[in-house]
Amino acid sequence: MRNAIATVLLGLAMLLPVGAVQAQDGPLRIEITDGVIEPLPFAVPDFIAESPAAAQYSADIARVIAEDLVGSGLFREIPKVAYISPYTDFDAAVNFTDWKAINAQALITGSVSLSGNRITVRFRAYDVFAGQELGSGLQLSGTTDGWRRIGHKVADTIYSRLTGESGYFDSRVVFVSETGPKDDRKKRLAIMDYDGANVQYLTNSASIVLAPRFSPTGDRVLYTSYESGFPQIHVLDVGRVQRRILSAGNGSMSFAPRFAPNGHTIVYSQSAGGNTDLFSMDINSGNPQRLTSAPSIETAPSFSPDGSQLVFESDRSGTSQLYVMPVSGGEAKRISFGQGRYGTPVWSPRGDYIAFTKQNAGRFHIGVMRTDGSEERLLTASFLDEGPTWSPNGRVIMFTRETQGASGQARLYSVDISGRNLKPVKTPDGASDPSWSPLQN
Amino acid sequence: MSGINKAILLVAGLALAACSDARWDDTNAGNGGTGIGGGSTADPSSPAYFREAIGDRVLFLVDQSSISPEAQGILDGQARWLTANPAYVVTIEGHADERGTREYNLALGARRANSAREYLISQGVAASRIQTVSYGKERPIEICSEQSCYNKNRRAVTVLAGGAVS
Repeated sequence: MRNAIATVLLGLAMLLPVGAVQAQDGPLRIEITDGVIEPLPFAVPDFIAESPAAAQYSADIARVIAEDLVGSGLFREIPKVAYISPYTDFDAAVNFTDWKAINAQALITGSVSLSGNRITVRFRAYDVFAGQELGSGLQLSGTTDGWRRIGHKVADTIYSRLTGESGYFDSRVVFVSETGPKDDRKKRLAIMDYDGANVQYLTNSASIVLAPRFSPTGDRVLYTSYESGFPQIHVLDVGRVQRRILSAGNGSMSFAPRFAPNGHTIVYSQSAGGNTDLFSMDINSGNPQRLTSAPSIETAPSFSPDGSQLVFESDRSGTSQLYVMPVSGGEAKRISFGQGRYGTPVWSPRGDYIAFTKQNAGRFHIGVMRTDGSEERLLTASFLDEGPTWSPNGRVIMFTRETQGASGQARLYSVDISGRNLKPVKTPDGASDPSWSPLQN
Repeated sequence: MSGINKAILLVAGLALAACSDARWDDTNAGNGGTGIGGGSTADPSSPAYFREAIGDRVLFLVDQSSISPEAQGILDGQARWLTANPAYVVTIEGHADERGTREYNLALGARRANSAREYLISQGVAASRIQTVSYGKERPIEICSEQSCYNKNRRAVTVLAGGAVS
């Protein structure tokens, strides 16, 4: 798996100087922040198989691209039955008239060739109504078992060219897979592509595991495990599936860990004598440093992307609210003032918003607010929504939704930060506590 | 998973002094009340008597960790039993209902377990005999999403370990 990724990385982004770059007037563009009323219609014919063996990938890669773009809520696919002219030659001139006729504003074409277990994909994107290419054609290659990643990278490129923002499709999610009834639930760590493909399990279900969190580069995962009989923080190397315990000492409870942007400092909660406070630790030296010392509960810390501040939840005011303080500790400023209780704040990778869980009037919500607490906006509402995590581009939030009652089950959902495009994320079993990786290289 | 390297490369953090004590090692922590439960309720020195006749758990109000008068009665009985049966040590498990976030409920469960621990200590049980753990909302014993279930899930369970029975 790791090798496949590295190979993709090596083979990525060879520019194909095919066709002159033309000046664009009124380029095809989606402004995400303005709110998209109408998804942009596009067509992605099956890619051209340069050899019979490549045929299985040519259609599959086009499907991954289409599902990524449609799944973002910003694009709409023109169904194949509407196509007028067949697409048979990657290098032939595009018949824009036929694509205009079916209102495909964007057209994505590609070809697939195989050499042993190496797959090479070329693709181009067109602004149909302008009758020109959108950016340059690109070529990506890797091992065949990484074919989905190539499709995600193509989709990320298209998304980026049409929105002006980086994409989020070539990313992974680490989460807790859940099986069994509510009073005997088995939990194990699992990792998958952001769209639910390629699920792998990272731990067995012998002990409770909770709330995995990716490192800034996606190579390691912090999580809480009851392996010792007490909740304690572990770090797991995703590539080698090796793990070690970070906080130890029977009888001490530590949980809610999160990496700093530097990748070697972590912040977490530790409970002692019934009181839960925030601590930080350099995972190389292992020296814990106390950040808070109040009789109230302080938990769920998350770093600002520049690493200078922490947002966390505390019930020092009587109910759980959100606070921001310097990473070294010190005075905390309350930022949540609405009705109800606030928890699990997570700073957006763009630095512009803080996502949170809100509990009010018997309902749970995922919401976002500015980092000073202004512009609070609730994105979801249900019996139990919690634990938001940000897409790498800060445009989409994934979270846990648990249904009510004796047969209640947890599932992953995603929603964009405008509150649109709420949908379940496909997982083989119950799932909770997602953490979204950065975009892969 | 067989491929997982379990090597503990780093040991840090705080350890309670009592916890190097091996007496808790056989405790089957995980679910409320899954510790030692042997013997007959007819035998006042049996773990079964502790669990069934005295009561191994106390309940809490929503978002509260204070010990109610009813809970005091149960904990008084637990303290007397532990004083009479000094071979036993206990782990108090703190639990929360499902109406809270995972992290907050872990902290709340820690508060509840500690409240029960402090009460037992105030009744003469040695602090070194009592350790605590929080399960937050991870181990409900009742699974409906109604107050009747939530009331029973907001609990601190005193789980016996050590002693004559293993």
